[in-house]
Amino acid sequence: MTNTMVDRKTAPEFKAIEHINLIKPEKKTLANGSEIFCFNSGDQELVRIEWVFTNLRFDPVKPLLNMATNSMLTDGTATLTAAEIADKVDFYGAFLSVDYGFEQSLVTLYSLTKHLGKTLPVVKDILTNSVFPQKELETFIRNQQQKLQVSLQKNDVVARRTFNKALYGNTIYGLTAELDTFNTLQRDDLLAHFKQMYQPSNCSIIIAGKVDADTLDLLADEFGSGWGNAATAADTTQPVIDRAAEHFYFIEKPEALQSAIRMGLPLINREHPDFPAVQVLNTVLGGYFGSRLMNNIREDKGYTYGIGSGITSHKQGGALFIATEVGADVCKAATIEIEKEVNRLKTDLVPDEELSLVRNYMLGSLLGSLENVFSHADKFKNLYFSGMDYAYYDRYAQVVKTVTADELLKLANRYLDFDQFYKVIVGKY
Amino acid sequence: MVKFNRFILDNGLRVIVHEDNTTPMAVVNILYDVGSRDENPEQTGFAHLFEHLMFGGSVNIPNYDGPLQQVGGENNAFTSNDITNYYITLPSANLETAFWLESDRMLNLAFGEKSLEVQRAVVIEEFKQRYLNQPYGDVWLRLRPMVYKKHPYLWDTIGKNIAHIENAKIEDVKAFFKKHYNPQNAIMVVGGDVKLEQVKELAQKWFGPIPAGEKYNRDLPQEPEQHEVRRETVTAKVPVNDVYIALQMPGRREEAFYAVELMADILSRGNSSRMYRNLVKDRQLFSEVHAYVFGSLDKGMFVLEGKPTAGVTIEEAEAAIWSEVELLKTQEVPADELTKVQNKTESTMIFSEMSLLDKAMNLAYFELLGDAELFNNETRRFLAVTPAQIKEEANKLFRKDNSSTLIYLAE
Repeated sequence: MTNTMVDRKTAPEFKAIEHINLIKPEKKTLANGSEIFCFNSGDQELVRIEWVFTNLRFDPVKPLLNMATNSMLTDGTATLTAAEIADKVDFYGAFLSVDYGFEQSLVTLYSLTKHLGKTLPVVKDILTNSVFPQKELETFIRNQQQKLQVSLQKNDVVARRTFNKALYGNTIYGLTAELDTFNTLQRDDLLAHFKQMYQPSNCSIIIAGKVDADTLDLLADEFGSGWGNAATAADTTQPVIDRAAEHFYFIEKPEALQSAIRMGLPLINREHPDFPAVQVLNTVLGGYFGSRLMNNIREDKGYTYGIGSGITSHKQGGALFIATEVGADVCKAATIEIEKEVNRLKTDLVPDEELSLVRNYMLGSLLGSLENVFSHADKFKNLYFSGMDYAYYDRYAQVVKTVTADELLKLANRYLDFDQFYKVIVGKY
Repeated sequence: MVKFNRFILDNGLRVIVHEDNTTPMAVVNILYDVGSRDENPEQTGFAHLFEHLMFGGSVNIPNYDGPLQQVGGENNAFTSNDITNYYITLPSANLETAFWLESDRMLNLAFGEKSLEVQRAVVIEEFKQRYLNQPYGDVWLRLRPMVYKKHPYLWDTIGKNIAHIENAKIEDVKAFFKKHYNPQNAIMVVGGDVKLEQVKELAQKWFGPIPAGEKYNRDLPQEPEQHEVRRETVTAKVPVNDVYIALQMPGRREEAFYAVELMADILSRGNSSRMYRNLVKDRQLFSEVHAYVFGSLDKGMFVLEGKPTAGVTIEEAEAAIWSEVELLKTQEVPADELTKVQNKTESTMIFSEMSLLDKAMNLAYFELLGDAELFNNETRRFLAVTPAQIKEEANKLFRKDNSSTLIYLAE
């Protein structure tokens, strides 16, 4: 056997990603108005089913209703106690969770398909018969208050809350509950909220996994009948965002070893044609391990364990944010470096080599994010709840492949004015 | 059921191949059989600091991350008390890039003083962020030395203190590499859209020429059985009181491990669990409770934790936790309740097969335990546990003189 020396200095040849296949759902509308989107793929005999409800209009006087109603769905129905709900779900090895988001609230069931006959009726009961028992509500309030006390001692949490409040004002996005806020929760309000929000015409059901005709029939039978709409449709409009005039917030913690920094500004959302290119810009800045912020502030200066930037997209617009926790003694130095990196995007063209790397990284990352059928369903949710279609991902891939350094420079100048950034520091400065 | 093939290179590198053609991606996972338990007691935190340095460039490749990102790949790594694990996911068409990168850093590193200096600073910030600047963040720095008196599990992976990291010298780090980072000390799993023959060829080409290195013979002091009550109370800047009770438990390879892990599930997994239902919901003594195990290769830790609600004394809180575990000692778990936690374990295993990276990491870990095939036997072993075994293990485990109790009192 010959043992030729392998050339370790030269990278092996590689191929660019040409095509990304997304699985698209089949859609079915039930008689009561709820919609089922079905993703059928995979070898394992299991499914994930999500019931997605759009949140009701934010009420500043009762700001926690969307969150509390969702969180307490598993706490009791007219026929099942919280304990019985948990028993039934756990016995069949299923997972039932409730998740509250800014725009939608979810109920998610992971179940082996063979047990759906037992697990689906529990979800049906929750969505049609929840009663929010008074005692459970008191427990919920007390435990939430204690968790909040712990969270409020974390600088990064305080920074995020302060940032959201400044950026989004008194809306569902800017909500920063205090301990007292939980005392506004009343059982009657939860019941009324539940009836308005959790109705079929405000529900999209998304099923992913091994979905055969029998499974789909079972789902349609369970949720297509015996679940009627309320007299009035859910009001899912939201008040207009009212941003703070003050752009700088310093919350001093004299004993802090590290300071949390969070800064950023309002931006376009996914629906805007510039959005994919702005995502490229964000990736260059702080969107991956090799980003400029990481390279400079972690890998060169050693100021932090991690720093990154991201873009959020809401119905009423998006935002760019940068977040990190840095040594308290280097906080000022770190903010100066962040500013430099933001401004460099506006003055210097992104070099070809870096841009090529970012393109390939982003396409690989998109491909890699499609790990299984659940991920395909997640991609669909991103589109559907932004009111967009699959053409978005085609365009996204196209823009990532072709956007020029010149265009990125123009976008940086259009969107990233550091003086307009909201800046929050918690710790020492 | 996760299918795989296995082969060993002449230099001792074990390679496992799991073909999964439902994905366009490939995973390369390399487990090095070295963790913080292998550190010198005067130089703790090294295995983890070292993991950071592995990204600082290798003998022929000055920058590790760039070339990988260039081909659409991502990577990360973690260090535990037992292992150091590195993983890459990338489009399968570019699989060879992963072999090129990983083989070069197994061959030799090339980091300099600057790289060491920066990563020391980064790790110190990690120390502050995760352990010092968080309420209860230092719990493992306090609890481990109570549970372990001899075994190197007595320090956390981050290290005993910041000074050990500050004092790390380049020659110490190099010696650590030579001792642990060689083919016979590693297990590589290649999974996803790959073919066995292709992996054999690439493994031979890139890893075959790496010298086997010297065999590291692990000889760690074993932890003696505990026969005393240990407790510590700290008054700290935390918002609410917190009770931690840690008990020595069987290691990951022992048969008893399975019954003990199911006990943790019975106590606190999900909303139907005993501690959640009795202590949080019914008696309202805690705002949250947890029971979990550290599945360490050597003697592990079983942890019971709870944050008492306002007005509940520490004595009441501790007594309530002990009353739940006493029940496990005196009464057999009802068959339905055991079936419930076993069903949950079984479905968790099936769900974990949806993730390629999880499968790859598990195959590597079970190969380290002795045989990757053990991964496929896990469910069966959990399902075989009987109520009588649970009662027996509960009696061995839940002794006051096997406990270390750490109390946080809010200032």
